[in-house]
Amino acid sequence: MTWVDVINHLPALPEGIVLVGACALMIFDLQVKAENRAATLWGAQIVLTLAAATTLFVLWVGGARYLIFNGLFVVDAMGHVLKLVSYAAVSAALIYSRQYLLERGLLRGEFVTLLLFSLLGMMVMISAASFLTIFLGLELMSLCLYALVALNRDSALSTEAAMKYFVLGALSSGLLLYGMSMIYGATGTLNVYEVAQHAGRLARAPADHTFLVFGLVFVVAGLAFKVGVVPFHMWIPDVYQGAPTAVTLIVGSAPKLAAFAMTMRLLVNGLIDLAQDWQQMLALLALLSMALGNITAIAQSNLKRMLAYSTIAHMGFMLLGLLSGVVAGNRLNMEGAYSSSLFYMIIYVLMSLGAFGMLLFLSRAGFECENLDDVKGLNRVHPWYAFIMLLLMFSLAGIPPTAGFYAKLAVLSAAVDAGQIWLAVAAVILSLIGAFYYLRIVKLMYFDEPKDMTRAVGSSGFRYALSANGLALLVLGILPQPLMAICFLAIQAL
Amino acid sequence: MLLSLAIWVPILSGVLVLALGGDRRAPLQRWVGLVGALAGFLVTIPLYTGFDLQDPGFQFVEQKAWIERFSIYYHLGVDGISVLFVLLNSFITVLVVIAGWTVIENRVGQYYGAFLVMSGLLNGVFAALDAVLFYVFFEGTLIPMFLIIGVWGGPNRVYAAVKFFLYTLFGSLLMLVALLYLYNKSGGSFAITDWHRLPLPLSAQILLFFGFLFAFAVKVPMWPVHTWLPDAHTEAPTGGSVVLAAILLKLGAYGLVRFSLPILPDASRELAWLMIALSLVAVAYIGLVTLVQTDMKRLIAYSSISHMGFVTLGFFIFNAYGVEGGLVQMISHGFVSAALFLCVGVLYDRMHTRMIGDYGGVVNTMPKFAAFMMLFAMANSGLPATSGFVGEFLVIMGAMKASFWLAFIAATTLVLGAAYTLWMYKRVIFGAVANTHVAQLKDLNPREFIVLAALAAAVLLMGVYPLPFTEVMHGSVNELLRHIATSKY
Repeated sequence: MTWVDVINHLPALPEGIVLVGACALMIFDLQVKAENRAATLWGAQIVLTLAAATTLFVLWVGGARYLIFNGLFVVDAMGHVLKLVSYAAVSAALIYSRQYLLERGLLRGEFVTLLLFSLLGMMVMISAASFLTIFLGLELMSLCLYALVALNRDSALSTEAAMKYFVLGALSSGLLLYGMSMIYGATGTLNVYEVAQHAGRLARAPADHTFLVFGLVFVVAGLAFKVGVVPFHMWIPDVYQGAPTAVTLIVGSAPKLAAFAMTMRLLVNGLIDLAQDWQQMLALLALLSMALGNITAIAQSNLKRMLAYSTIAHMGFMLLGLLSGVVAGNRLNMEGAYSSSLFYMIIYVLMSLGAFGMLLFLSRAGFECENLDDVKGLNRVHPWYAFIMLLLMFSLAGIPPTAGFYAKLAVLSAAVDAGQIWLAVAAVILSLIGAFYYLRIVKLMYFDEPKDMTRAVGSSGFRYALSANGLALLVLGILPQPLMAICFLAIQAL
Repeated sequence: MLLSLAIWVPILSGVLVLALGGDRRAPLQRWVGLVGALAGFLVTIPLYTGFDLQDPGFQFVEQKAWIERFSIYYHLGVDGISVLFVLLNSFITVLVVIAGWTVIENRVGQYYGAFLVMSGLLNGVFAALDAVLFYVFFEGTLIPMFLIIGVWGGPNRVYAAVKFFLYTLFGSLLMLVALLYLYNKSGGSFAITDWHRLPLPLSAQILLFFGFLFAFAVKVPMWPVHTWLPDAHTEAPTGGSVVLAAILLKLGAYGLVRFSLPILPDASRELAWLMIALSLVAVAYIGLVTLVQTDMKRLIAYSSISHMGFVTLGFFIFNAYGVEGGLVQMISHGFVSAALFLCVGVLYDRMHTRMIGDYGGVVNTMPKFAAFMMLFAMANSGLPATSGFVGEFLVIMGAMKASFWLAFIAATTLVLGAAYTLWMYKRVIFGAVANTHVAQLKDLNPREFIVLAALAAAVLLMGVYPLPFTEVMHGSVNELLRHIATSKY
């Protein structure tokens, strides 16, 4: 291996840093006493900062697309954006979950290690240019997440959730793999860019390409499992509710970005010529998710479960952008549509982090904030955090001037541009139904009297991070242009 | 610059009030709130004095790129139709701040903060010339109003707040789809003025018309989507009812004038029969419903629906009398309904009941109050020399030009309006002193006196000399009528 080889592979340096960092922290943590565990967390933050810095460095050196490791690995603008948001999400997760885990005796070294390895899996997924690397990243991420869900091994609920997550996750991986093997059979290659060439030729040829579409169906089903849309959503409510809230926060944030990246790589980079086929499937998935997610969320009394159904609904909404890219073979709408979905994803991750972060903030030793009643009268006890939660809820409901509104606006605009007006109307009516349960939280916080006046105590770092998280939604709501432009550029370079 | 000030001065002073913290600082928060509201009102005065009567287009225009990705602009401007509402809103905000001075003891900062932020947002709705900017302000007002009703409202406030929110959100989300459709058809522009020139086939116009209609009809509110209003008005605190009736209801009618009529002229003409029919139902049927109300706030709320029916009727008979009459009626209703809600508030603060049956003979203990309320009751029933008369008279004249029977049904409001208002007035104010509580009532204090006197002056000025109000609109109304008369396909 020459120096030239090393330099050529520099775009994968962030992955290297996370890998080395995770291993080093694992060893380092063995030497650390339980009361000094904060050092491990700081170490993880340093790893994340370094990874972010190198990602920015790679971005700065050259914005072009690099294919390295024999075309297994692609480094492009969309990958950079998604990775940077993932670092931020993981970093926030570390800050938010520290106290919660500490109070429950769950703050062990393996939490940090598993988290960093799952981040590595996500990064590989985000940058994967071949079915092999996609699957490798996916499994690395998922296995770490299964273990994290079972972190509290004495809790029957957590163990059950982890079991369900594992079984259904394995099933979906199987579906995905089966679909990939079909596509491999039809095209004779595992590289998504080569698949795109062959699939384009097959799709245009008069010959039968049922085989390819057959594989596509399985791939879409597998993706739907990972993104969590109806009818492949069954694991979400149980996992969200059963996992310790700190882990729910992790499961509900960065992995969504990785799943989005995987969808973009497989469907857009690889199978764009079959867009007519998969767009119809996504339309059905989107409609069902928005309907089931929003309607079922109303009936929930458990906040985590409610947010789980809200995730399902949001993922359905996000799909509206993905299915609006190609109109009757015309790809003019592509950049606008996919960048709106990317924007939606990033905003959603911000909101999800904030909402679960708030639950962690309000939980304390011996008390889990997880039922609707637990936020009653929050305005009396913590006016400022009630306001942050208000911003989060209105953003989730898509009310201006919060960022959630622009996410919905962008996606709906893409759908209308693609002529999917009735789908847009349906989405709008279903999100009205959704507004009801977000509004109920605001109602509980502001209109009801608190059950008890115990004040939550969070470290100052936690409180600042949470406030910044909530206010970011307001700031992005007033000035959404920069992030929208970044998303647009990222998709343009795809 | 002026319009930006009109929007941001109240919002920033609202944020400042909120930042001052909890109820320990309540006196300071009140004063900051008052200064903010007054400053907000003062910056709107040059909008009127500097208004060019000869120019029917938009004035004080500001335009900056906001979201380039969707070519959305921070685009503000007022014409003869909207400038008066900016003034009305800023004026009413000052009164609301004074009216809540001692009444609100609980979470004072949040109360004043919510009102000031809302005042700025409402100015934004009237000044926005970009559809997304309009939508952001239009929807943004929901959040403070939701909290105002839900936190400081009456016993059934939660139900009312949620109903208010979901009703209005439903309407506006459909409007959002309509806006996106227009954006797509106009080749990527959210500028309302571009849409005025956009050719559209009749079928699309009709669908868009309904898209807008849901949003605006809920806000107006038109029969049959009016049912949120009596609940919201009744349960809201006095200040909330005042802003709801005086300003928030105007958003719907304003939206019809700004979007539906000029952008969809053919659909408007095609569906005028429907709008007129709904308006007449509101005028006549809701007028009858108003008669039987036993709760004073509910009575005024229903009378608001009936009066707003007049406004929509005026818009859809497509002549200058009708449209100007509708606009004048909107302003007048802003003064009168605000005044009546404040009067009920004055009584409620003393007696803690809104039921007509609990009162009687109030004139014996509160003569000054009785005199003011007399004036506002007269204005509500449209007596000449009060502001209520001008609008109703113009609309009836306009209706007469269109059809005699239309005018005839519309004119029933004069009878019904007088009946329900004066009958309520008689039962509450006159007669023997009903009970010991009434016997112990104290007359208006100086703070209440100032608020009611300011509104009384406005009502009388507008009734006796309406020219300052109407001359501003002439140019823009004629421009609007020209748009309606031109077919777009």
